[in-house]
Amino acid sequence: MAELMHEKNDDFEIVGKNVTQMESITRPSLSYWKDAWRRLMLNKIAFASMILIGIYILLAVFVPLFSKYGYADVDSDKMNLFVSSQHWFGTDSIGRDLWVRVWRGARVSLGIGFFSAVLNAVIGSLVGGVSGFYGGKTDMIIMRVIDVLYGIPTLIVTILVMVVLGSGINSLIIALVVVGWIGTARFVRGEVMRLKDSDFISAAKILGVKNFQIIVRHILPNVLGLIITNLMMAVPGAIFREAFLSYIGLGIAPPECSWGILAKEGAKMLRVYPYQLFIPAFFICSTMLAMNLFGDGLRDALDPKLRGTE
Amino acid sequence: MAKYILKRVLISVVTLWVLVTVVFILVRCMPGEPFQGEKMTPEIKANLEAYYGFDKSLPEQYIMYIRNLLKGDFGYSMKYLNQSVNKIIAQSFPYSFDLGIRAIVFSVSFGIIFGIIAALNRGKRLDYLCVIIAILGTSIPDFIMGAVLQYLFGIRWGLLPVAQYLGFKYTILPSVGVGFYTLAMVSRLMRASMLEVVGQDYIKTARSKGLSKAGIVCRHQIRNAITPVVTVLGPVVASVLCGTFVIESIFAIPGMGKYYVESVQNLDYSLVLGMTVFYGSFLILANLIVDILYGIIDPRIRLQESR
Repeated sequence: MAELMHEKNDDFEIVGKNVTQMESITRPSLSYWKDAWRRLMLNKIAFASMILIGIYILLAVFVPLFSKYGYADVDSDKMNLFVSSQHWFGTDSIGRDLWVRVWRGARVSLGIGFFSAVLNAVIGSLVGGVSGFYGGKTDMIIMRVIDVLYGIPTLIVTILVMVVLGSGINSLIIALVVVGWIGTARFVRGEVMRLKDSDFISAAKILGVKNFQIIVRHILPNVLGLIITNLMMAVPGAIFREAFLSYIGLGIAPPECSWGILAKEGAKMLRVYPYQLFIPAFFICSTMLAMNLFGDGLRDALDPKLRGTE
Repeated sequence: MAKYILKRVLISVVTLWVLVTVVFILVRCMPGEPFQGEKMTPEIKANLEAYYGFDKSLPEQYIMYIRNLLKGDFGYSMKYLNQSVNKIIAQSFPYSFDLGIRAIVFSVSFGIIFGIIAALNRGKRLDYLCVIIAILGTSIPDFIMGAVLQYLFGIRWGLLPVAQYLGFKYTILPSVGVGFYTLAMVSRLMRASMLEVVGQDYIKTARSKGLSKAGIVCRHQIRNAITPVVTVLGPVVASVLCGTFVIESIFAIPGMGKYYVESVQNLDYSLVLGMTVFYGSFLILANLIVDILYGIIDPRIRLQESR
């Protein structure tokens, strides 16, 4: 038996350790973000939505710059013209070119949507992060305040702020931010509290890492995905709100235009010239749709655990 | 349970107080003289002065204001001569309430049905159809929905009345317009909740006991899946309210939403503020009721809260 084994061992040859080969990585390493990006690219619907949003943003930036008509140029000879080679989307009831107005409106609406969503995310994450990380009394006070603020209907606060500040882009952003950060703060707090008790944070603490370092290096990267998803989901909501406020006459003041204003003006002419509503309506709805779908895709990409539950 | 309800009531009361105080401060922060207008007559001015007490000191004004609100007095309109906000609310609220209830019944019942159908046919065509309806519903703002419905069914095809609110036929389009967004929201939630429940152990147990499929779906799956839908009833009331604002203007329904939008456009600030306080109290109350309901239905919630 022993002999047999001995013989067998002779068949093998010791080649020695090849350290470089052992350590070499056969597949490229994927960081969390690269992996998320890859998953996002694989999701056809989310990818198409992203492209559409990209196209809209480009058009919103460049069309008003290079068009021969201004968004507020009134031409009394060309009222209510239907779609033509001169006016791609026709003209409105006082002869303004709708193609330019739609993209000027896109600039305002998308701008307000993104800007207010980013502000909300930043403020919400700061408050929620502080509350969740420090806990104790700080947390209790912040949470009581949030409980109360959360109870005040968003719609009511937004309207109040708009009534007091008057219409305009700045007051709209303020109105959307005043209560908008609360949702983010609540979920960031929950997430941070959950992370705070996890083993890798305890390990970092025991090793004597400073709080600031822990927040920046360990907690932030772990909640960032959620914050970004939340931010993307908040953008259509903000655009919705802006359109609603402009529609009831509290948002943007004419002659400045937004999608809400265009829908409002179009609705007035609905019986006679339906295209004046349907063209802006198409862009509002397709943007909302694309953003909702992109948000879903982003959530699936950043948090694969949640996939398929909704 | 008592502790949970007490806590909820307390938070609501504080919330209401904060809202009312914010309104008080905001009125005094408005640039220039807040209540000014072309149509301002001495009578209206006298009414407003009496209500807001601008000639008195700030603390006195505040006490007066709170006392008025406790009596249920919401102030005066700037535009309509001698019309109190209460009178306008009393006239218009029944319409809005009726529309709101119809919209909620329509959207919640259909939303739940769509959610169930989608979940039971997961991955099949019916599922995709329901999901598409849900996604479209959350992508179309209600003012566009309302206008499109009015144009297609009212003007183009002439199937349903274009405007006003005189009978059942008149209520269909506005209710759909107000409720469509909510329908989408509810059906999405119901679908997700059904799919979550289907993987639970008690469903396996029921199946291994040999219960019929229909029995499992009705008695175990739907009953458990429906609970989370109650949580969104608060936001549902808020979104329906938001919907009535524009839908009432589009369909010329003499409800509160229409008055609200008009008073915003007429710069009738005192009416806007009075109605805002009314709406705010109404929504806070609705949320309180939903919270308590949810606590009764799902004991886990009140345990979590009282900890």
